[in-house]
Amino acid sequence: MNTEKNFRGQRHPDFPVAAKELLQDVQLRQNVRHATDVITAKRAHVVDEMQDWQTLRDAGSAVRQNALDHLDRYLTQFEEACIRAGGQVHWAIDAAEANRIAIELVQAHAAKEVIKIKSMTTEEIGLNDALAQVGIHAHETDLAELIIQLGKDKPSHIVAPALHKNRQQVRAIFQREMELPELGDRPEDLTEAARVFLREKFLRIPVAISGANFLVAETGGVCIVESEGNGRMCLTLPRVLIAIAGIEKVIPKFRDLEVFLQTLPRSATGERMNPYNSLWTGVYPGDGPQEFHVILLDNGRSEILGDAEARQTLKCIRCGACQNACPVYRQTGGHAYGSVYAGPIGAILTPQLDRFRQSASLPYASSLCGACYEVCPVKINIPEVLIHLRGQIVREEQETFAGKIGPWNVGMQIAASLFASGDRLALAQYLGRIGQKPFVASSGFIEHLPFQLGGWTQTRDLAPLPAQSFRQWWAQREKTAENSTHTKAGGQS
Amino acid sequence: MRISLFITCYNDTLFPGTGKAVVRVLERLGHSIEFRPEQTCCGQMHWNTGYIREALPIIQHFVNVYRDAEVVCIPSSSCVAMIREHYRKAAIESHDTRFVADVESLLPRVYEFSELLVKKFGVEDVGATFPHKVTYHASCHSLRSLQLGDIPMRLLRQVREIDLVDLPRPDQCCGFGGTFAIKNADVSSAMLADKVCDVRDTGAEVCTAVDNSCLMHLYGSLHRQHFPVRTMHLAEILASEAKTGADR
Repeated sequence: MNTEKNFRGQRHPDFPVAAKELLQDVQLRQNVRHATDVITAKRAHVVDEMQDWQTLRDAGSAVRQNALDHLDRYLTQFEEACIRAGGQVHWAIDAAEANRIAIELVQAHAAKEVIKIKSMTTEEIGLNDALAQVGIHAHETDLAELIIQLGKDKPSHIVAPALHKNRQQVRAIFQREMELPELGDRPEDLTEAARVFLREKFLRIPVAISGANFLVAETGGVCIVESEGNGRMCLTLPRVLIAIAGIEKVIPKFRDLEVFLQTLPRSATGERMNPYNSLWTGVYPGDGPQEFHVILLDNGRSEILGDAEARQTLKCIRCGACQNACPVYRQTGGHAYGSVYAGPIGAILTPQLDRFRQSASLPYASSLCGACYEVCPVKINIPEVLIHLRGQIVREEQETFAGKIGPWNVGMQIAASLFASGDRLALAQYLGRIGQKPFVASSGFIEHLPFQLGGWTQTRDLAPLPAQSFRQWWAQREKTAENSTHTKAGGQS
Repeated sequence: MRISLFITCYNDTLFPGTGKAVVRVLERLGHSIEFRPEQTCCGQMHWNTGYIREALPIIQHFVNVYRDAEVVCIPSSSCVAMIREHYRKAAIESHDTRFVADVESLLPRVYEFSELLVKKFGVEDVGATFPHKVTYHASCHSLRSLQLGDIPMRLLRQVREIDLVDLPRPDQCCGFGGTFAIKNADVSSAMLADKVCDVRDTGAEVCTAVDNSCLMHLYGSLHRQHFPVRTMHLAEILASEAKTGADR
């Protein structure tokens, strides 16, 4: 995988450019709006009924923070426990190494096909493409991932990767790819088609690849939660099971799941509990997979861990609540982010994973409204991390000549010098009143502004600076008061 | 009580009427107001855009100006949020122990305008009359950072002759976000379009808020589209008295 580009190996336009194009797609915007409205309403309903929700958020945050603060210890503990239970543990420093390990494991069983459980981590490392390059076909078995795979599309949401597609669009993909011209568009029709399509693969293919929701250090167990049961098929039917998980997925104790199995489903899908909660530990003779591997993936996570302010990014349990709540994501959908991880979490995670190579525009893809932080079940202060990352981007830009003389830096330096004293601000206000004259239209408003500021006037008018600033009015009032000591004048405008 | 007014840079420059209204309301309640002309900006624009190094002297300047103030009143929830959420960190990063101590001592004395009235003074009825149909837009910072809850609405409900209508989806951002409105002008405009439609659908004559930044954004679009809705800062409604009506 070429991490010099982004981690899917594709170049992608900056967020504002990609967003502008996607905003023209009326159908996509309707789909995204409808889906996020439905999920946020469901979430609000099942969160509001929890009297201890804020306590659960605090607990989840504390457990995840503790896990990250002592990650080395918990990972070693997990490895030992997993091996003791009959599993095998592999360590991968980056996407390329993780893919190589996975390929070798599949090839060791001479398999030409694998079945897969929905996993954002395998999307992150581009596993399907890597497998395809050596002639191994990966079948996605999660319904939404299947839609994405058959539609040759990309996921647009962490939990609901095909959220940007509606039923009719899904039917069209299934009709074409499954060769079912008579297929209806009722949910029952579509799930039945997927069921028939997938069942044959569950029964035939002996190697499965999964991600992981949680790795339990204490027991060496792996946990996956899902809604369809297709994951459960992959976890139980094949002979060989390979789980690929980011190193941050570890939690210290089995009982920590008590918190997350409450907060994750409510945050992710608005369900009180996931329909399928799978937990498995090692290998049991005669029951389930007889060979079990875990690939622990770093791929930039250690570096994030080393940044005290950004470390909280890794607390994420991939519920997607921040995406559904985000007013930016709700307008554009996930593809604008050009990243496997979209929305607010993507805007902080992706730039850190790829060191801003293809994603320096993402930390700015937020109005800092704070809706993401409000819903986050592990209390990641996303706005704070966004600002921290913006700070890194600005510092890097300022080290280049082009960045130094760029309009943003020049404008900000000038503004900063004007804010150094009240007199300077007053002078700027005076100059602004003179300088704005050519821009004030016959309506009395500013309708066009040059350069970067034109972004404002493309859809908005701007009232010009009034003749008198507040500080001038105040000075005048003081003077009047001095002149006539008894009058409490000046209050009228 | 002597209240020191931090008018904020953009209110000073663009919305002096808001400052005058704050003065009128507070004086009507019997307080004395001071305005320190050395004041400039809270540093929010620089900080939020990532110009942290440039924000530090602005923050330091704010703290120096208000170090000995009894109470600081700010008619902008986003500036108060900047101060409450980021000044500590800025001070700690400066490794200046006096700066840290100054920030710690100043923070409890900083109030957003409506918060000052209701939380500190326990006043909800400020004697205002405003015979118009009004809807209230809860800015993100007032809602999530300051957790103002229904404080602005409690003040509005006491205004005589006012016809208050709820704005649907009050938790949705208007799309301003400071430099976001320029850096991501298209997405910002899409968010704004939704908010403008919501405002229009209420049938209100006036949309109010505790942040002129959101209102400037909203009015920019309302004016462009010739929707006959005015925007007014909460303070301007609270300053209105019988017969004088709206001031803008």
